[in-house]
Amino acid sequence: MSASAVSSHAASQPLRAVKPWWQAAPFTAVFVVFFLVPLALTLMVSFWNFNEYELIPGFTFKNYAAIFEGCSHLTDNGDICVTLKTYLSTLKFCVLVWAITLLVGFAVAYFLAFHVRSPGVQTALFVLCTVPFWTSNVIRMISWVPLLGRNGLVNQGLMGLGLVDKPLDWLLFSDFSVVLAFVHLYTMFMIVPIFNSMMRIDRSLLEAASDSGASGWQTLWNVVVPLSRTGILIGSIFVITIVMGDFVTIGVMGGQQIASVGKIIQVQTSYLQFPLAAANAVILLAVVLMIIWGLTRLVDIRREL
Amino acid sequence: MSDTLDSTAAGMQRRSLLKGTAGILATGIAPFVHAQDKIVLRYLGTAVNQDKAIAEKFKADTGIEIQYVAVTTDDVTKRAVTAPNSFDLIDTEFFSLKKIVPTGNLKGIDTKRVKNAGKITSLFTTGTVAGKAVGDQGTAPKKVIFLEGEKSKAFAKAPTQFMSLIPTTYNADTLGIRPDLIKRPISSWAELLNPEFKGKAAILNIPSIGIMDAAMVVESKGIHKYADKGNMTKAEIDLTIKTLIEAKKAGQFRALWKDFNESVNLMASGEVVIQSMWSPAVTAVRSKGIDCVFQPLKEGYRAWASGFGLPATLSGKKLDGAYEFINWFLDGWAGAYLNRQGYYSAVLETAKTKMEAYEWAYWMEGKPAAQDIKSPQGDVIAKAGSVRDGGSYEQRMGGIACWNAVMDENEYMVKKWNEFVAA
Repeated sequence: MSASAVSSHAASQPLRAVKPWWQAAPFTAVFVVFFLVPLALTLMVSFWNFNEYELIPGFTFKNYAAIFEGCSHLTDNGDICVTLKTYLSTLKFCVLVWAITLLVGFAVAYFLAFHVRSPGVQTALFVLCTVPFWTSNVIRMISWVPLLGRNGLVNQGLMGLGLVDKPLDWLLFSDFSVVLAFVHLYTMFMIVPIFNSMMRIDRSLLEAASDSGASGWQTLWNVVVPLSRTGILIGSIFVITIVMGDFVTIGVMGGQQIASVGKIIQVQTSYLQFPLAAANAVILLAVVLMIIWGLTRLVDIRREL
Repeated sequence: MSDTLDSTAAGMQRRSLLKGTAGILATGIAPFVHAQDKIVLRYLGTAVNQDKAIAEKFKADTGIEIQYVAVTTDDVTKRAVTAPNSFDLIDTEFFSLKKIVPTGNLKGIDTKRVKNAGKITSLFTTGTVAGKAVGDQGTAPKKVIFLEGEKSKAFAKAPTQFMSLIPTTYNADTLGIRPDLIKRPISSWAELLNPEFKGKAAILNIPSIGIMDAAMVVESKGIHKYADKGNMTKAEIDLTIKTLIEAKKAGQFRALWKDFNESVNLMASGEVVIQSMWSPAVTAVRSKGIDCVFQPLKEGYRAWASGFGLPATLSGKKLDGAYEFINWFLDGWAGAYLNRQGYYSAVLETAKTKMEAYEWAYWMEGKPAAQDIKSPQGDVIAKAGSVRDGGSYEQRMGGIACWNAVMDENEYMVKKWNEFVAA
């Protein structure tokens, strides 16, 4: 940017104004074609009618109504409606995973940034953190089965130690295993931005804190955490958006028995009920945007960056 | 999302543009120019039916190349409806036809150009096995196999010259069990929800098939008798799903599965001892040296069938090539190959000529194997003296109770099924 600005200093005024637009054009084009247009189409289709095999252009709130049908009262079994229940379940995973990845990710980032002195070791450990991403998503998740299953290693170990007398069923295909897989997968998305923020903290601030008599915890809470909040926020946005839209992890680790919004959308698209799926996607998008809006109210991300 | 819009009657230019884009995106194959004489057929279907050996043998025999495009069952339908120019030959399930045929994306196959069309098993054309009618609840092939004409959006009531699909493989599914862990005979679908197997049962999470398995259970438990399991009323769907939800809340299911490999994994690891299963999955568990039986049950089987269809736009050399493939496929070699994998082929008499007598006796007549039975790859899959699950072709196919189906109340059913998954 700056180089081109200098070199074109003598150039005419309009050319200077046009150049940056050209630089932004490729990404803008990609963004428009692969994000804005599909999004607009999704929004449009969510108001359409459909039958078994075709979409019928129109404007109806039928799809939205169908999603929230029966949500004003409890079902015969005393349950709340599927949509609310699914969103609550997805939100529950979101909060749990967010809290755990934040704690673990912060701790790992802190260790990497402040305890590991040599940049070489830092890089090596950092690469180590990415190991879970070296195998395919599906293989990684399926490999939990021999570990956590009824006849898996963990249960065999526990029984061998005499801690339990029959295998624990809740280790696999349960809320526990879903959260475990999420944490295993997505802690990395917390570590990277937090580490990045921490590396930019001026070390003399930490010395100043300790010179002024602050304890380790006080320094952590009053100096490191506030200065890492951009990283925390970015990491949180990553984790929350991924978990809200996930259906593969919840499907595999929950034994397909735990509902998620993504799963419902997937089932609907595979039965060619695109308008219903589109309406669901629009609602999901709105919920996620609201969460992110709330988060950015806490931290002014543009100022901090 | 762009491929979702193709089926709409929007402006022609945008439509064809979207279609083209969707086709390219969806296949993941860059467009390419064919050499003048060489014919390449893009074969859309599920991975299970796309055998490398079949494509190689066909190429060796005729010089026509088959290019497999593997997607899931649901995606085959989706592609047929939304991107009908992205393939030259479609291998899809008969129950999907209710969604595909009304779009006009399929061409009626002219039986005059198919040499062995008259020899296609009566199960498809008249719904009978050895002269006896089998169960026709659901989307039985005889209801959808004939079209009114080459360009038709409607099914014919009586046999005509034009077929929607030429059958390739078909079979009858039942429950898979682990006899070593159950240790007693299983003879009824009701056992799937028997509290004895609490936390050790599984059902498949493909709504249109899972609901049929559930219906078999509901009927065998004596809760309700369906007029047509493949086309339930809303009240019947409610009842079926209610039964499933109660079982799920009581902890009956260890998991639900969607992918063939998941079912193999669940069974082989012992997480599950009784579940809905497919024939090749049972073979896969067995090939690991684990005892697994595809248990025949007194209420009968849930059958499925798939076949070849031609896209409406196919013409010229490619169309001739496609007919050549169909003729080659029904000529025996492929049929024998599929029969040896435990499927059944469409034209039995040609397949018989390409199989050894002892193989035919084991696979089709339900007789004890005179010598070790080998898979097409040469692995021993049954020792001499063993008998095939479910007995002979007549016993097994004659025991069909219902067919995989798309219901009139499909949308409602999918919605209720999501309720079951969320419960």
